[in-house]
Amino acid sequence: MKAPPFHYHAPDDLASAVALLATLENARVLAGGQSLMPMMNLRLAGPDHLIDLGRIADLRRIEETPQGLRIGAMTTQRALEKSDLVRRLCPLLAEAVALVGHQQTRNRGTLGGSLCHLDPGAELPVVAAALDAVLHVAGPAGARRIAFRDFPLDYLTPSLAPGEVLTHVDIARAPANSGAAFLEFNRRPADFAIVSAAATLTLGVDGRITQAAIALGGVSHAPVRLAQAEAGLIGARASVSAWESAAHLAAQSPCDGDELYPADYRQELSGVLVRRALAIACQRAGGAAHV
Amino acid sequence: MTIPVSLVINGKTQAFDVGAHHVVADVLRERFGLTGCKVGCDQGVCGACTVLVDGAPVTGCATFMFAVDGREVTTIEGLGLDGALSPVQQAFLAAGAFQCGFCTAGMILSVTALLLRDRDPDEATIRQWLAGNICRCTGYNAIVEAVRRAARQVAEAS
Ligand code: FES
Ligand code: FES
Repeated sequence: MKAPPFHYHAPDDLASAVALLATLENARVLAGGQSLMPMMNLRLAGPDHLIDLGRIADLRRIEETPQGLRIGAMTTQRALEKSDLVRRLCPLLAEAVALVGHQQTRNRGTLGGSLCHLDPGAELPVVAAALDAVLHVAGPAGARRIAFRDFPLDYLTPSLAPGEVLTHVDIARAPANSGAAFLEFNRRPADFAIVSAAATLTLGVDGRITQAAIALGGVSHAPVRLAQAEAGLIGARASVSAWESAAHLAAQSPCDGDELYPADYRQELSGVLVRRALAIACQRAGGAAHV
Repeated sequence: MTIPVSLVINGKTQAFDVGAHHVVADVLRERFGLTGCKVGCDQGVCGACTVLVDGAPVTGCATFMFAVDGREVTTIEGLGLDGALSPVQQAFLAAGAFQCGFCTAGMILSVTALLLRDRDPDEATIRQWLAGNICRCTGYNAIVEAVRRAARQVAEAS
């Protein structure tokens, strides 16, 4: 099928984009289009107005800030993949973005598009959850910040008010002596994840874990942080048994399933991926290779 | 609603008005007769519609025409020089890397872009790069072999 006709708007600045979005009926923002266009082709989406953010240069940037990285919402996944800054300051994002779709879609798909579309199997929301990304949005009532944990409202639904546009995302730099890993399982390399896991660990001078974050994708409508498993790791020594306890909690975490991949299957995967991701993250943090 | 666009298609500047909802793959096929660009899924999944935009592979079915305004689009028809096949095209022929041919134009364009970035890709890189090009016929081994051949040919020629 083909996309139904619509009115096209290509504002040059953010204020015009917000004004259009706030006033037009049944309007949607177009970022890279790699989810929206298939949905339109399938007639699952039929906006009367598309507001293309492609001309707003300010939304396409990757900058180092004192805290870490500031990334414009319209930055393509391919630009993130190729960025030395991302690799240096946020290796977890660098690792995950290479798994998003395939190179044809990464050339068009954007960070903001992926975060706002919130596909349960998507990689970038899981990274945002693991790293406590802060989202900046602009809207008719002005700009505001949203912690990523408060961003997903429901299946494919971000907590954006009518007229609001995601403009940029702040991600804290990876601390010293830390390591991160992103793993996913799927049937074909370019697919959405059946389950994905992101883990970050920081090791103290005595070899104990001082910080841990674990996020799962594919188990619910939005990424899930494993707070209990994280708490259990803090203060523990990096060890196989520490990873196993966290994996055990991951495998017990509530999970949605479907006919193809039932909940218990995804839970099993969650445990395996969390165990592996923690071991790799620890190694990258400079911990002993055997754990 | 229609939008005026101006872009280079296979080396030739084209300026025309296009429906806002028309995607690159359909315009190339229906307006310019460039039917080497195939439409398999219309969902950005199969890669049959792959074209190069400023040298980077994108899915023609999931890119509106207005999005390539001012850019340079290359299709399979634009690859050869003076009627001669490009090295990648020759390698696909020599390796027997296609059967029905539906995926082939997209494959060849993806591989062309790959070899511009990486002149000697290993098998893992080749397979990863081609993850967005699905072939229902060949089982991929002949395609990987074709990429290797093309890489050798390009290396020898330079
Ligand atoms: S037709 Fe475009 S990716 Fe399948
Ligand atoms: S040759 Fe038939 S789909 Fe690839």
